[in-house]
Amino acid sequence: MSNCETMQELVSELRGKLEAVKKGGGEAAVQRHKGRGKMLVRERIEALVDPDTPFLEISALAANGMYNDEAPSAGIVTGTGVIQGQQTMIIANDATVKGGTYFPITVKKHLRAQEIALQNNLPCVYLVDSGGAFLPLQAEVFPDREHFGRIFYNQATMSAAGIYQVAAVLGSCTAGGAYVPAMSDEAVIVRNQGTIFLGGPPLVKAATGEEVTAEELGGADVHCRISGVADHCAQNDADAMRIVREIFRSIPAAKRRPLQVSEPEDPHYDPKTIYDIVPKDRKQSYDIREIIYRIVDASWFHEFKALYGQTLVCGFARIWGYPVGILGNNGVLFSESALKATHFIELCCQRNIPIVFLQNITGYMVGKAFERGGIAKDGAKMVSAVANASVPKFTVVVGGSYGAGNYGMCGRAYDPRQLWMWPNARISVMGGEQAARVLLQVKMEQKTMSPEEQEEFMRPILEKYEAEGNAYYSTARLWDDGVIDPVDTRMVLALGISAAMNKPAAETKFGVFRM
Amino acid sequence: MINKVLVANRGEIAIRIFQTLREMGIESVAVFTEADAAALHVRSTDQTEKIENYIDPGEIIRAAQKSGADAIHPGYGFLSESPSLSSACESAGIIFIGPHTKTIQSMGDKLESKRLMQRAGVPVVPTWDGNPPESEFPVLVKAVGGGGGKGMRLVDHPSQLSEAISAASREARNAFGDERVFIEKYLRSPRHIEFQILGDAHGEIIHVFERECSIQRRYQKIIEETPSPALAPQLRARMGEAAVAAARAADYVNAGTVEFVLNPDGHFYFLEMNTRLQVEHAITEMTTGLDLVREQILIAGGLHLSRTQSELQQTGHSIECRIYAEVPEENFRPDTGVVAVYRPPSGPGIRLDSGIQEGSEVGFHYDPMLAKLIVWASSRDAAIERMKRALSDFVVLGVRNNIEFLHRVISSEEYRTGKFDTQFLDRQPDLLNASTNDIPPAARIVASLDRLKTTSGSGQMFTDVWTSGAWRNS
Repeated sequence: MSNCETMQELVSELRGKLEAVKKGGGEAAVQRHKGRGKMLVRERIEALVDPDTPFLEISALAANGMYNDEAPSAGIVTGTGVIQGQQTMIIANDATVKGGTYFPITVKKHLRAQEIALQNNLPCVYLVDSGGAFLPLQAEVFPDREHFGRIFYNQATMSAAGIYQVAAVLGSCTAGGAYVPAMSDEAVIVRNQGTIFLGGPPLVKAATGEEVTAEELGGADVHCRISGVADHCAQNDADAMRIVREIFRSIPAAKRRPLQVSEPEDPHYDPKTIYDIVPKDRKQSYDIREIIYRIVDASWFHEFKALYGQTLVCGFARIWGYPVGILGNNGVLFSESALKATHFIELCCQRNIPIVFLQNITGYMVGKAFERGGIAKDGAKMVSAVANASVPKFTVVVGGSYGAGNYGMCGRAYDPRQLWMWPNARISVMGGEQAARVLLQVKMEQKTMSPEEQEEFMRPILEKYEAEGNAYYSTARLWDDGVIDPVDTRMVLALGISAAMNKPAAETKFGVFRM
Repeated sequence: MINKVLVANRGEIAIRIFQTLREMGIESVAVFTEADAAALHVRSTDQTEKIENYIDPGEIIRAAQKSGADAIHPGYGFLSESPSLSSACESAGIIFIGPHTKTIQSMGDKLESKRLMQRAGVPVVPTWDGNPPESEFPVLVKAVGGGGGKGMRLVDHPSQLSEAISAASREARNAFGDERVFIEKYLRSPRHIEFQILGDAHGEIIHVFERECSIQRRYQKIIEETPSPALAPQLRARMGEAAVAAARAADYVNAGTVEFVLNPDGHFYFLEMNTRLQVEHAITEMTTGLDLVREQILIAGGLHLSRTQSELQQTGHSIECRIYAEVPEENFRPDTGVVAVYRPPSGPGIRLDSGIQEGSEVGFHYDPMLAKLIVWASSRDAAIERMKRALSDFVVLGVRNNIEFLHRVISSEEYRTGKFDTQFLDRQPDLLNASTNDIPPAARIVASLDRLKTTSGSGQMFTDVWTSGAWRNS
């Protein structure tokens, strides 16, 4: 198989997985949902966003392979779309998946979407259709700092920061869930469909003996006419989407960051040919510039320090008109590469332009000479610069993401605005082979092993790394924001960079660099 | 010598004439009515005169005298073919940029003009004053003073004749103030081919080749081209000679057009002579390099024609599409409104004679023609492709128009073959319906581009990625 065929296979596997999660909780649940006159979650989003505009879905494959695969997309669809010309974060429950209840990963995904909204000043729209916490897993959903309660904390603090919170209640909104509309700046509810209450009819009956219907207890009429918990009464889902769009007509647009933007130009090299560039053999290296040329406007790349620290490629370019600094790996990081990265990140912060990291990294160089040369302190400079750079950062894992290389190249812990994986990407503390050899080394100090025994010892380790280092294992757990077709890299980055412009620039203050 | 010209017209033709006047260093005067106070043509010249209407010769003459114009260009339509303006000019001592009053009169009378042509040996369509023999049906009832399909009736059977005559006279009286009608043999599927002619005051008369005008809707031309795909060089030469003979018979001075119908059997007949500049004159200019308005002014100033017949030759191929504020999909009903977005096409070989701009109001007062889109290319096929491209690029929002319809016609196989006649649309009724293959909705694209043009903090306009279409990553 050629490089291209290998990548095509990986991408079609990705497409297959994406198609599968779009079916929601299965045919029967979908039919039941439609039978109630409700729109499916992705249909609601399509009706909500401006026609002919992009929608950037986040972590569509969350919970992939988890919870017996019974929670496609973790039962919640999140993403950035445009409403009345404004970029917004949309957070929408999928009631066909276990009644839209929150699994641990659902909570994580909801909070991640709110985090992106906060980082980029994006108004939030909650399309609520959820039974609240998934009770069998309540211990992993309810109590901790980044559990269910954080959703409402975020709503309150974002509202205070002037980031609009709008909710549409399209189904149940029970107990904790009731706070989503209640804590929104404006809320819509669908008549004879949406309900909001702290305790549902069974709980009320048990507690007080009172017998009420759900509509009497917390329907649209109750909340729009009597309680004031909701503000607008909609006739059905479509009407609710219309009303949310109306609400957005009254919301002032965010003031965008002053950045020198040019008219976008397509890359001169067809992005599709990325498929030919990435070697089918993961161990084989390739020139990251070939990827950069296929992502940036007019394939124009102004390289910085091309002759120094050559295992790291740095340079300036434009993506969809936006100026960016790009760091891409061309091998293991040496002291020179780390120093070059630090210098380059300082330049980007000085110029206040976003930074894009293209990760294909095995880590920093090891060995006596390098330790003596201070690879640790030079690596630390790079990590420190990345951590403190307050310009918007974007990371795409285009190959391996191993060890401290992950940190220096702005892994998840370094708060990139968005982090995407290619389907061929791998992520782990080190490569499976290295891990197995390290452990074998330790073991061999205790006893001698025949080659067969060594292989037997290493196999489970290799298997574990193979499974856990996979892009889908990562995306299921939200270590990233999604797996993308490499061809879409330019678009995904452009959408993220443009969205980042909604938040005013913050000044970068670097810490102490160990010299 | 002409120093200042008043253009007794509006819209694109007034603007087009002003352009030549400016090139010639001649001052120009625009006239306008209340309804046109904000029109583009009023802003295309340095002197303007307000009038009550465009068809009162007395007012036009007064406006010319007041503004100090020594000549009047009538454009087309309105008073261009009315002897009243040319004779009023003569008595006021103002140069009328057009033929003599006598010529306008004789050519304006469709019956008299035919008799004149017959005498000059130019073939004419058989015509009757009274009832034609039954074998000659179907026939057309036509207004003596008319044109543009008004006061015209097709009669299949003698029994329907008297009713048709009275209906046509009524219409003719309302439209032209002249109720006289006549009866002409109806040619079932002729082509409509006209020849541009120029004659100077020194008796020199030339023709400037033909224009193919067969693509019509309700007797109104919508697409014209030159050269005609129907004319072999010999036929072209014969028709050209007939056109010059016709002009000579009318003592023709200035620019005019001899209209012929061409039967599939190769016979052609004189139809009428238009004593003015034609709407579609631009395609002749594109293929010959002549500026016909300039020629008109030179002729009116008593100068010689700038070219002889043998010096003239046609290069390449030119097509014109008339952009109307009308809805072909709804029986060509005219539309009105404000032009909200106007993005005309540009590029090599494209000429746009336009009377509107963004913000222009298209009312019901005057003709709904918004602009003429003219292309030139080295061959007919290339010109068709260029026209298709130009139409796809042409965006008019706010007023419904026929751009997509024109695109359908130009893209049709029937048009491409060049084998068509004036029944073209009757044979292709599907072209009247919107099609899924219509122009990639340029209007929508531009509208979304406009939406995309977000102002960045630096005040720069740019196309933001968030307005780039319905992209999805899942």
